[in-house]
Amino acid sequence: MLNKLTFANLAHRPVRTILSILAIAVEVTMILTLVGVSNGTLHESARRARGTGADILVRPPGSSALSSLSSAPMSDKLPAILAAEPHITLATGTMVQPLELFDTITGLDMDQFATMSGGFRFLKGGLPVLDTDMIVDEPYAREKHLQVGSTLTLITHEWHISGIYEPGKLARICVKLSALQRFTGNPGRLSQVYLKVDDPSHAQAIVDALRAKYPGYQIYTLEYFTSLLSVNSLGLLRNFTYVVIGIAMIVGFIVVFMAMYTAVLERTREIGILKAVGSSSSLILNMLLRETLLLAVIGTVVGILLTYGTQWLMLHVVPNSLTQETVYAWWPIAGAIAIAGAMIGAIIPGIKAVQQDATEALSYE
Amino acid sequence: MSETSIIEVRDLTKTYRVGDVDVEALRGVNLDVTPGEFIAVVGSSGSGKSTLFNILGGLTPPTGGSVHINGKDLSHMSNAERTNLRKDTVGFVFQKYNLLPTLSAEDNIRIVRYIAGHATDFDPHFKEILSLLGIEDRLKHKPRALSGGQQQRVAIARALVNGPAILLADEPTGNLDSKNSTAVLNLLRDLNQRLGQTILMITHDEQAAAFAHRKVHMHDGQLI
Repeated sequence: MLNKLTFANLAHRPVRTILSILAIAVEVTMILTLVGVSNGTLHESARRARGTGADILVRPPGSSALSSLSSAPMSDKLPAILAAEPHITLATGTMVQPLELFDTITGLDMDQFATMSGGFRFLKGGLPVLDTDMIVDEPYAREKHLQVGSTLTLITHEWHISGIYEPGKLARICVKLSALQRFTGNPGRLSQVYLKVDDPSHAQAIVDALRAKYPGYQIYTLEYFTSLLSVNSLGLLRNFTYVVIGIAMIVGFIVVFMAMYTAVLERTREIGILKAVGSSSSLILNMLLRETLLLAVIGTVVGILLTYGTQWLMLHVVPNSLTQETVYAWWPIAGAIAIAGAMIGAIIPGIKAVQQDATEALSYE
Repeated sequence: MSETSIIEVRDLTKTYRVGDVDVEALRGVNLDVTPGEFIAVVGSSGSGKSTLFNILGGLTPPTGGSVHINGKDLSHMSNAERTNLRKDTVGFVFQKYNLLPTLSAEDNIRIVRYIAGHATDFDPHFKEILSLLGIEDRLKHKPRALSGGQQQRVAIARALVNGPAILLADEPTGNLDSKNSTAVLNLLRDLNQRLGQTILMITHDEQAAAFAHRKVHMHDGQLI
């Protein structure tokens, strides 16, 4: 009977019910989208790093494993020196030039990179021939509406698209290393060096030996580097995630508080009637909390569905931007946060409801 | 308490605090109602009759004096005890019907069974009451689809569904036209005569009060 009253109350005020569900859904979507984007973008970076085919990464002294590269401090003679080390079969250097937001343009030795990674898999066109040729991955081309033969102005130079390749190889925008070094005023300089070894199972031992011989350089196995690309390894991102979750929870709490507060005010007379016919305070509180729980559960389900909507939008409207994954483990967490926020939001209006004087409530117009 | 009284009120007082002023709504009310009696308390607005209704129904506690309903002393009851009293001992009929707008007429009645902890099915005796009230074919409708007279009949059914010792009616015809008023008053009299239901009706209308066995008048918080 109480469930029937709960459903009837929600159905009786459809606009308020729908708005409350949507507000809780947005809260859940905010959390799941943020977590999905954090994980997705990091995993995409790891996937592209693994796509190089390298076993070891060498970064300049003073950098860290996860800092972004904004300069090219290493000499381009370093790959040849490293290639002469025991067990190193191939070494190739790249230069990374940051662009706006998260984009970068990567200069690389196309032949060496092809040997190391197995080469780009072109969907259209092929490798750069001229210094002003550029290759981009398919999502970037789709977002920027680029075709082979299109021109694109980046770092004050006009580039011609010579090829569009499948994503997952190191970078999204690549040009010839020598061209990028010259256009950015960094001739002979590199941002990082990738090494391939004869036996990947000994990569860590080789890293240890290289660290001893080249002190100061940041040298990691690719396996270790990609393992660092997780939300928990990045304190700033983890804290940012918690802050946004906190904001989402506060928004959800306020919305449910307002919804239940107005519901209690609107239903002052009804609550008076229930009291007059013998309803206890706990029964009235129980009724309001059931309503809130139902709103929160439906809101969570709608929020999860909306997350697929944001995922679709990111994939199709801004394919070159951040990557969003579906993180199933966060569904119950986001649901629990939404339900907890909603319940807390319903408590104060609920207490107000049970404390109402029955005679005053019955005379409420 | 008198052995024959179902309602016994002695020296009942009620004082409200309005701002900094004490308002004496009841000033020493004495009343006895015997089982099966249909009594009308008649008074003008502000005479204290609604306060008496609220105290007899356990909706508000008295300030002084004693009130016994079906042998239970209300004057020293806690909030929870008065809540329990309203489940089974007292049934209410209000001027504005006070049906829950979200539920059908039938569910408005059933929820009172549920709140009192009873099975929500209607027993044959109650089905007879529904038949007497003439609302059997309107039970699936929500209050907004019912006329004022029909809503008041549903409210009467709701008040009786748990078999209360007394039925308290506060201006039950106050929102009805004369035809529906007469019909509702006839129903109350029928319920009293056929089922022996004790009824205490509050009204300002002498014509409505004429349907009762006995009338008492209230003025300035006292029965005269």
